[in-house]
Amino acid sequence: MLRSAPNLAVNFAGIQSPNPFWLASAPPTNSGEQVMRAFDAGWGGAVWKTIGEPVTNVSSRYSSIDGKGQRMMGFSNIELISDRPLEVNLREIAEVKRRFPMHAVIVSLMVESKREAWHRIVQQAEDAGADGLELNFGCPHGMNERGMGSAVGQVPEYTEMITAWVKEKARTPVIVKLTPNISDIRVIARAAKRGGADALAAINTISSITSIDLDTFIPRPNVGGRSSHGGYCGPAVKPIALNMVEQVMSDRESTLPISGIGGVAEWRDAAEFMLLGAGTVQVCTAAMHYGYRIVEDMIDGLTNWMSEKGFSSIEEFRGRSLAKVTEWKHLDLNYKVVARIDEAKCIGCGLCYTACWDGAHQCIHLDRVTGPVDGPVEMHAKPATIEEASRRSLTVTPIAKLDPPAARDHGPFATPLARIPRVDETECVGCNLCSLVCPVEECITMIEVDTGLKPETWDERSRATVEGSTC
Amino acid sequence: MEGGLTVQNMASEQREIERLFPDLHPPLARQAAVIEADRCLNCFDAPCTGACPTHIDVPRFIKKIASGNLRGAALSLLDANVLAGSCSRVCPVAVLCEGACVMHRHHQRPIEIARLQRHAMDSFHASGGTLPSKSMEERTGRIACVGAGPASLAAAAELRQRGFQVTVFEKRPLPGGLNTYGIAEYKLRATDSLSEIEWIAELGVEFRYGVDIEGDIGVEGNGAVSLADLERDFDFVFVGVGLGAMHRLGVPGGDHPGVVDALQFIEDYKLGAITAVRGRVVVVGAGNTAIDAANAARRLGASEVRIVYRRTEECMSAFDFEYEHAKQEGVQFQWWTQLVAVHASETAVEWVECMTTKTDSQGRLTVVEGSNFRIPCELVIPALGQSPLLELLAKLRDVQVENGRVVVDRETGQTSNRRYFAGGDCVNGGREVVDAVADGKRAGMAIAKLLEVAYVA
Repeated sequence: MLRSAPNLAVNFAGIQSPNPFWLASAPPTNSGEQVMRAFDAGWGGAVWKTIGEPVTNVSSRYSSIDGKGQRMMGFSNIELISDRPLEVNLREIAEVKRRFPMHAVIVSLMVESKREAWHRIVQQAEDAGADGLELNFGCPHGMNERGMGSAVGQVPEYTEMITAWVKEKARTPVIVKLTPNISDIRVIARAAKRGGADALAAINTISSITSIDLDTFIPRPNVGGRSSHGGYCGPAVKPIALNMVEQVMSDRESTLPISGIGGVAEWRDAAEFMLLGAGTVQVCTAAMHYGYRIVEDMIDGLTNWMSEKGFSSIEEFRGRSLAKVTEWKHLDLNYKVVARIDEAKCIGCGLCYTACWDGAHQCIHLDRVTGPVDGPVEMHAKPATIEEASRRSLTVTPIAKLDPPAARDHGPFATPLARIPRVDETECVGCNLCSLVCPVEECITMIEVDTGLKPETWDERSRATVEGSTC
Repeated sequence: MEGGLTVQNMASEQREIERLFPDLHPPLARQAAVIEADRCLNCFDAPCTGACPTHIDVPRFIKKIASGNLRGAALSLLDANVLAGSCSRVCPVAVLCEGACVMHRHHQRPIEIARLQRHAMDSFHASGGTLPSKSMEERTGRIACVGAGPASLAAAAELRQRGFQVTVFEKRPLPGGLNTYGIAEYKLRATDSLSEIEWIAELGVEFRYGVDIEGDIGVEGNGAVSLADLERDFDFVFVGVGLGAMHRLGVPGGDHPGVVDALQFIEDYKLGAITAVRGRVVVVGAGNTAIDAANAARRLGASEVRIVYRRTEECMSAFDFEYEHAKQEGVQFQWWTQLVAVHASETAVEWVECMTTKTDSQGRLTVVEGSNFRIPCELVIPALGQSPLLELLAKLRDVQVENGRVVVDRETGQTSNRRYFAGGDCVNGGREVVDAVADGKRAGMAIAKLLEVAYVA
């Protein structure tokens, strides 16, 4: 029997959405015209760029750092909330809802910390047709200097108080967006929950200075010769975001439906956030980089992965990885892996060797020719010795008519045996570093070895020691 | 003014040649260079470095390009190879660094090491960079370098950078040897070769042109200098004389003026003496120089260029990539063909007579009797290799010569006469510029070591 295609529709804290891919509150959701094009492209929801008292923005506003071969691995902005008149935003929200009744339109809000101001904006957003409200307690630049944004989100009491004010008025679900610029995100998440929040969103941008122009000494982005602290996001921040989502979702006093934000650029990222409990994800940088069209593969890729795994809905796998995150003290000290190098795949770059010698535990060796392949070998030439030998070697250009064709004994692999490193498994601590630096897929794998010992955690071991010592 | 070429006075002929021979491997733009540099894996004990006769630390200079440290990239190149600029253009990198790149086994294009190297060197020189000294101290040791080709230039630069007094004696009016006179123009322009040598001269190396060591008379009245003169005036002599004239086409009609050997032909067009070739050309031989000449003849306008070779492509000494390039230029190859005579009228070559060859059961090459046929042509270019300078080498006192090559200790370049060092083609029988540079550098370092010991003593 054919299985039906997985259903990506979600009910997020009461907000219905045809899929879990939302555009985050940011420039891609600045206007009705944009949001409607985004919905046409396939986005399930959009969190409208924060409305409040209109502001004046500066020029320039963005800066970024590139990875090798990848632009905008990290992205930073100093743009404030919407600089368009409130009435225009509200009118366009209403228009979008009329035209796209099935899509999720969440309105991000930020006003001064006065109860009446919050009541008024909640009323206005909901009257315009918002399906939900997102309280922007996270903006780390500009707005926080005026007592808003992260200035609220960094103080649990303010967070709880304003959330409660909003809940007094709101008829739609209230999402509190958390700032990562705090020592323990759970403190604020708990406050939001106490204040009555229906859901959370994490993370907002990270306070940052992206880079400095080494000719002018002006940090980026440059605003007339000076810069300011920007909000950092993009692929580079995903691990931080995942960590914070996991922290919130495994804390009973924090846990609420959560919308995952931070470096989501493709369906895999979304799946990861969902495995840690996120019900939706929000995307900004990737959409700013490549346009709304990226959602097509997000939907397609997630659907295909779900089919492959046999999931028919997001709820079937949401949060599944939470139980697999634990405190360090509960990890099994007797579990062991060692690196294995696939000689047939090795290209002889030597990166695992140098990484192991300088960055790990000196247990990868270039002694395949001179020493026995298996068993203990003490040929451990240091990197400098190997380099010195190469420097002293004499090489000439091979010229056919001058050089008799030498029978080159390469060994059995494409890479000469002398360049294929060997792992001393008795010394290998299983740190993964070599497998991380290896440029060839599946050339170095970490293989579990049986230590013959029963699983034991640090927690168990230290308790046993304490008990032992008291006996 | 014979071959009156300097960087400054480029004539219209030269400009025409530059138009016909644009860069085979155009320079990389800055961002393209960074992207390519980022692709380099930064191998440990990198095979590219091992494959380079001068052991340029390839990942090191490439990662400096990636980090935006172009000056550091160039200086690390120059430290290994003072002719890094011309080597980036002329090296057969497919059989050297790029051939050794691990990317081949990664099913990816090798890193474009040569173009990255050129990028670093071009940027360095464009920003007014000059060769650094390795010692601030002037030293009294004196060294004569015979010949101003890559081997001597490398030895001279290495020694002068360490403060020693170096004089280079060159028979011809311009320095550089084959780097100036003999490299296909689409790889290396004569002017670029000369600029690179100007930086060596700026170090304080003295160049004396038109001096034929042990020759009858010097060119331009500089007089002949004897080896005895050198032994008297210098502590050490570095012999970097290269090879001599090309082998003659020893067939009837082979001395006709319409028969021009490949090196002469290449020199003539590089210096602007020839800017066009009309009609059909036969090139004899299938080495790299034959290909350079054949390609040049095509670009200069020859209607048909045919390389005739006694054997077949498996035996040709040209590198594979040169063979491929020649085919792309429209050069035709005629295998199993032996040229036996050149037929000419009073004024011009009309055709060459050839015979078909074959190998017998022992693998020996023979001609097929009665297989004679004609190839009509107006120009014949023999490219049969260069002969060693046997006469000169024989005059080097107590210097052992075997099979036309000076015998040296490979690590130092020292000959059987401890005051004579040698390197380059006169030692290795004719390899690449980079091999000559490596020889010269090693000899320079070895001579410096001996002189430094002498100081201490």
